[in-house]
Amino acid sequence: MYDVVIIGAGVSGCAIARELSRYEVRACVLEKEEDVCCQTSKANSGIVHAGYDAAHGSMMAELNVIGNQKMEALSKELDFAFVKNGSLVVCLDIDALPNLYKLYENGIANGVKELRILNQEEVRELEPNISDQVIAALYASTAGIVCPFGLTIAFAENAAMNGIEFCFDTKVEEIEKLRSGFIIRTNKGNVVTKYVVNAAGVYSDEIHNMVSENKIHITPRRGDYCLLDKATEGFVKQTIFQLPDKFGKGVLVSPTAHGNTIVGPTAIDILDKEGSNTTAEGLNHLIKTAGNTVKNLPIRQVITSFAGLRAHEEHHEFIIGEVEDAEGFIDCAAIESPGLTSSPAIGEKVATLLANKLSLHKNERFNGTRKGILNPKTLSPQERNALIAKNPEYGNIICRCESISEGEILDAIHRPLGAKSLDGIKRRTRAGMGRCQAGFCSPKTMQILARELNLDALEITKCGGESKLLLDRR
Amino acid sequence: MKQLIYDIVIVGGGPAGLAAAIEALKEGVERILIIERDRELGGILNQCIHNGFGLHTFKEELTGPEYAQRFMEEVKEKHIEYKLNTMVMDITPNKVVTAMNTLEGMFEIEAKAIILAMGCRERSRGALNIPGYRPAGIFSAGTAQRFVNIEGYMPGREVVILGSGDIGLIMARRMTLEGAKVKVVAEIMQYSGGLKRNIVQCLDDYGIPLKLSHTVVEIKGKERVEGVTIAEVDKTGKPIEGTEEYYTCDTLLLSVGLIPENEVSKQIGVELSNVTSGPTVNESLETSVPGVFACGNVLHVHDLVDFVSEEAAQAGKNAAKYVKRVQKDLNTLDEELMHEILLIPTQGVRYTVPQTIRPECMEEEQVIRFRVGDVYRNRYVSVYFDNERVLHKKRPIVAPGEMENVYLKKEDILKYPELSQITIKLEED
Repeated sequence: MYDVVIIGAGVSGCAIARELSRYEVRACVLEKEEDVCCQTSKANSGIVHAGYDAAHGSMMAELNVIGNQKMEALSKELDFAFVKNGSLVVCLDIDALPNLYKLYENGIANGVKELRILNQEEVRELEPNISDQVIAALYASTAGIVCPFGLTIAFAENAAMNGIEFCFDTKVEEIEKLRSGFIIRTNKGNVVTKYVVNAAGVYSDEIHNMVSENKIHITPRRGDYCLLDKATEGFVKQTIFQLPDKFGKGVLVSPTAHGNTIVGPTAIDILDKEGSNTTAEGLNHLIKTAGNTVKNLPIRQVITSFAGLRAHEEHHEFIIGEVEDAEGFIDCAAIESPGLTSSPAIGEKVATLLANKLSLHKNERFNGTRKGILNPKTLSPQERNALIAKNPEYGNIICRCESISEGEILDAIHRPLGAKSLDGIKRRTRAGMGRCQAGFCSPKTMQILARELNLDALEITKCGGESKLLLDRR
Repeated sequence: MKQLIYDIVIVGGGPAGLAAAIEALKEGVERILIIERDRELGGILNQCIHNGFGLHTFKEELTGPEYAQRFMEEVKEKHIEYKLNTMVMDITPNKVVTAMNTLEGMFEIEAKAIILAMGCRERSRGALNIPGYRPAGIFSAGTAQRFVNIEGYMPGREVVILGSGDIGLIMARRMTLEGAKVKVVAEIMQYSGGLKRNIVQCLDDYGIPLKLSHTVVEIKGKERVEGVTIAEVDKTGKPIEGTEEYYTCDTLLLSVGLIPENEVSKQIGVELSNVTSGPTVNESLETSVPGVFACGNVLHVHDLVDFVSEEAAQAGKNAAKYVKRVQKDLNTLDEELMHEILLIPTQGVRYTVPQTIRPECMEEEQVIRFRVGDVYRNRYVSVYFDNERVLHKKRPIVAPGEMENVYLKKEDILKYPELSQITIKLEED
């Protein structure tokens, strides 16, 4: 019997798992996919929002600001890519200027520090490629960019290091409320637990509705993105937002934590919770509207496009807390933007709640520091040569676009919750994430995966399940 | 860090790098190093196991590995040095090459001249913005070729191919011979970007339909490709509603263009052409950085490897000449003051390689390679020295898939001491 079962290994579930591992607890994360960070957490803007958007007084606002404040220190503790690059909300229309000031005031009320309204010249000085139509902008120096995979994987690995179990390819089919605790029925068998945390993303309504009469409904809100070649690095330095409308924060143009430029998202409400396919309309819309805030967007440098689903609930507020008619069942539902930013705060909030309910003791052996995959590019040539002398695999470049060595791929496979698929390797090391989009490295990466995991090459998948890459021997 | 010194460093041990090395040695430079990232020399030829190579160079039909073998043997016989499994990490404008492998770690090589021979890569799905899911089963044709011919695996059984570049056409035949069903090849343009002979020998002979002015508008399947929808496109390349056709398949191969791989060239500061995506070069195939030469598919994408070898030999020879000039400490300033003639492609001609000519540095005869932007019938290829037409050659058909050339004689150009522009164009009469 577990003390806690967390459903969903996205950024929220993994953050909760990591914070919960500070306590003596028997806990497990159930994930229907083959890896952590496979759905909403993998396909988003990767922005650490300052916290001026969410309505003052909301939980969203509170957790956003706390999450933002925690992110920089956390990036050092857990060793993931984070850059505090600042953001600009650009006002292009004199009639919309009051909305920009409203946003500013909302931010001040939310406790966002260092917010400023910049005039035309100040904006241009910061961003030479800003649209000529710019009138003013809201500048938030506390905003940042984060690698969403890096963040989620870091939470998960640190949780695993500290004793939290993870079960992949495990889909929750039914939850039965017992007098005290729950039986969770999955495709892999039954799990008994005292507490359940519902961090199931776009499925958090289905999981919630298994135990509660107060039904909730999550709408998958699709966001299409285009990612541009690293050659565009420096096109914008800050994250450039349009003034928000009822569908959210509009289409942004931003550097990523790894030096690409990202353009997106659209906001299209759909029915299919697995509908993460891009559409021609979506991509065309992006290309058309992204040009509103910047000029000469190098859109021809696009190397890939993708879509993610936000877990939108009509009240546009996080649903976090014990469900009224299901004691022991903790919702962490409707986590849409700024969910990624808020994740450190969400983790803490839910873990504290559980610790109090279960009267958990501190885990004396808790180690909150996690080393990420060694990036040889950060070493001096001397250090790098010492590394190669010891581990020659670091001298063998597998992914030439991103310059990723075999040593890094081996590390990704053999660390806690290691990579099992091409996408798993990609999210951990960036191998295959560059301009050739894995054309060159995928045969080599597959060979390494097969060798290290003792599998036949025919069993290697892109992302688990039926996503096999090769179908036969010749 | 270990430091090495060579006269010429050649980046890439494919057909271009090998031919350049052999010719540079013939020209009398001995300290030559080829750096190859793969486990063997020969480059992409190693996976091109079909025949059709070498008709121009050797007057016989060879497979890719056989063609490469001839150059590899010569390199080995002549004891030209090479390093395998070695990646060039950086090259400075002063020609200091930083490379890395498992045995030596990171090391530096000081070179007097550099020959860029890195080849090209395939354009990926992402660059096309094809909407849909991102399942397994979408491969560039060259990656699929590697799986089948080198690794010995079949990436799919039911195949649709987007793009009719040569590798796509070759793979249509190859997959068919290995028992797969290739249902259709869709090409967005009104013409194929591949060689005529490949369309006949790889599609027509096997009854594989080629649909011109068609593209993939949707990919179905979340985990593995389940099917694709193709549609006809209008003149602007936009899909025409109502023309959609669905094909069930487990694999989509892409053969939608090749991109010269010039990331290292950019580090050196070499100027690139917007049209070829390769360096701009003069008659010596020297880039905008003196002593840095380029040849093969990194310079511009070729149709036949025979022309790569020919071009690379020229680059090798000129790199050797450059090294000898530097060794004699000749002032290179003279060169900068030399008379330079611009080559202007226009009226159907997309680009020329080289882009400039210095008559004083020319060989007796200079080949100008170019490609046209569309299929044209019964046109004349014309060359103008400023406003005077000096060549007028009838061609029954010219197409983007086939590289064209004209030869210019040094003696002819020297007759025009004031010549500033040579224009190459297509004319109706």
